[in-house]
Amino acid sequence: MTGFVLRRLGAALLVLLALSAVVYALFYLAPGDPARLACGERCNPQQIAQVREQLGLNDSVPTQYLRFLQGVLAGRDYSGGAGLVLHCDAPCLGFSYQNDRQVTELLLERLPATFSLALGALVIWLVIGVGTGLLSAVRRGGLTERLLTVVTLAATGTPVFILGLLLLMAVCAYLRWLPFPTYVPFGDDPEQWAWNLLLPWVTLGFFESAKYARLTRSSTLETLAEDHIRTFRAYGVGERALVTRHAVRGAVAPVIALSAVDFGTMIGGAVLTESLFGIPGLGKTLIDGVRVVDLPVVVGVVLTIGTAVVIAGAVADLLYAVADRRVALA
Amino acid sequence: MSVLTTGPVPAAGVTTPAAGTGRQVWRRLRRRPSAVAAAAVLALLVLLALAAPLFAQLTGQDPNAYHDDLVDSARGGVPLGSFGGISADHWLGVEPGSGRDLFVRLLYGARISLLVALGATALQVLLGVAAGLTAALGHRILGRFIGGVTDVMIALPMLVLAIALTAVVPPDFPRPLLLVLVIGVLDWGGTARLVRAQTLSLRGLDFVEAARLSGNGTLRIARRELLPSLAAPVITLAAIKVPTNMVIEASLSFLGVGVKPPTPSWGQMLSSAQTWFRADPAYVLLPAGLLFVTVLAFTVLGDGVRTALDPREGSRLRVGTGKERTT
Repeated sequence: MTGFVLRRLGAALLVLLALSAVVYALFYLAPGDPARLACGERCNPQQIAQVREQLGLNDSVPTQYLRFLQGVLAGRDYSGGAGLVLHCDAPCLGFSYQNDRQVTELLLERLPATFSLALGALVIWLVIGVGTGLLSAVRRGGLTERLLTVVTLAATGTPVFILGLLLLMAVCAYLRWLPFPTYVPFGDDPEQWAWNLLLPWVTLGFFESAKYARLTRSSTLETLAEDHIRTFRAYGVGERALVTRHAVRGAVAPVIALSAVDFGTMIGGAVLTESLFGIPGLGKTLIDGVRVVDLPVVVGVVLTIGTAVVIAGAVADLLYAVADRRVALA
Repeated sequence: MSVLTTGPVPAAGVTTPAAGTGRQVWRRLRRRPSAVAAAAVLALLVLLALAAPLFAQLTGQDPNAYHDDLVDSARGGVPLGSFGGISADHWLGVEPGSGRDLFVRLLYGARISLLVALGATALQVLLGVAAGLTAALGHRILGRFIGGVTDVMIALPMLVLAIALTAVVPPDFPRPLLLVLVIGVLDWGGTARLVRAQTLSLRGLDFVEAARLSGNGTLRIARRELLPSLAAPVITLAAIKVPTNMVIEASLSFLGVGVKPPTPSWGQMLSSAQTWFRADPAYVLLPAGLLFVTVLAFTVLGDGVRTALDPREGSRLRVGTGKERTT
């Protein structure tokens, strides 16, 4: 088990290192001069040269990359010109070209909104998705099963923003059950926080629910067909107890594992939902950064999201291994 | 989690192509009403998209021509007339604000959607097959390296990287081509993994062994023996990829980092439609409906192709197959 954990974590670290190198190379070696971008539109060549010196863009690429890594792991200092030294703390991702703030600080500000969105969606798919899946596994051929087929068909591949747009249109514009959502931080007003996030949660959670319903259903059915369940049944354990006490246990491992992956992906990947509902999270930061070509912000978001996804993948595998020892032995 | 179901290689693969002849597959596909309906919808859409300039001429509408006289500037640019300004000249009405003809713009949008989805899929298949074959047949170290790269590609958040990449590309680079390249280059990992696994299991089979003993080189074996057997799984995967790629294009354009105006695209229309929910619902519903139907049709057709190529596999869209795709 320890060996498995170490190997899995080592692989995750390697992927992260590869990601950072690729992202760094792509963004700082691409056409378009970072110094010019950092300096702004109205810079003369001298100023650009000065910025280039300050950002260390005259050094060789490997040196620049190593310094970038050093910044992430231990922090680094930038010379601000005229003997001024700007210090950038440990996970240092540089300074935004737009407002000279530390990228790490910007991202930390945006994290709660993204986290709020992902958390609600997680609750929805765990309750609705897993509930529906269990129900349709127990009552095969019933109404839930047919409903599930239809929803699954519609949800396979449909872009999430179509559902979001239609919900906004129906609930906010026509029925007027809710005002158009504006994000309210949890700390300010928990009730308003929830009401304003309701539609984004439903949008994001709905499609995921279909996936989880199918997953729960198939893994429950698989477990119900196993030998030990047959033995229990032969000993006279009731159907209800079989499902609630025994089959669920087998069904839960893949659900937990996939939830970890999806939750990690959502920490970064809910760009569309955030953008549609105006939630000031990581995804929206990415889009805003891309619009004004704010490279440190873009690189920072990509690395943060990549880290979230890779960690989630590793956690999922570990959880799976805990739930099912055979994985670790393979 | 990342365990791939390679599936056993059909025993029939030794004497005949794995999936049966093209005609058999075609017959199986035709027996599925859902696949036939989806194919019909898509054929119609492709025809309409191809004929977009023709329709533009027929209705006398340029996709990018503004008509200030057709929108009510006093009410912020709501189209005059009912249902978004439908008239003999403007079959589906006009865009609010600009007054551009909606029907012709939707058709030109379909061209972009189809072009990017199919182009990106072709590129993914090309890269994936090349990488997968090289990983399976090349030197051991090369194989491990490509396998590692493939794993990294699969682990990365594709949409996020695609968005970020659009930031560093010069603004005058043609956007549809850029989307094809970005989607194609970022998302070939799945194909590569599938091809590698299939090739590894095919490699030990008698007919490949026989070809090798007859003195054929690796390249020739790959082309003559392996590629035909790989066709079925690769076509299946490609068929599933097309709607996914279409959604990614629409998403990028929706986010404002895909196709740039004035070139029309469905995702971009949906993005600007957000301010017209009440004033002009047709402007929301038409692109949304088209995108939904197209993606659904591609998904259903892809599922049909999959079952036609491998009849022992059940439909992926029916519940309970246990082999769900995660998007």
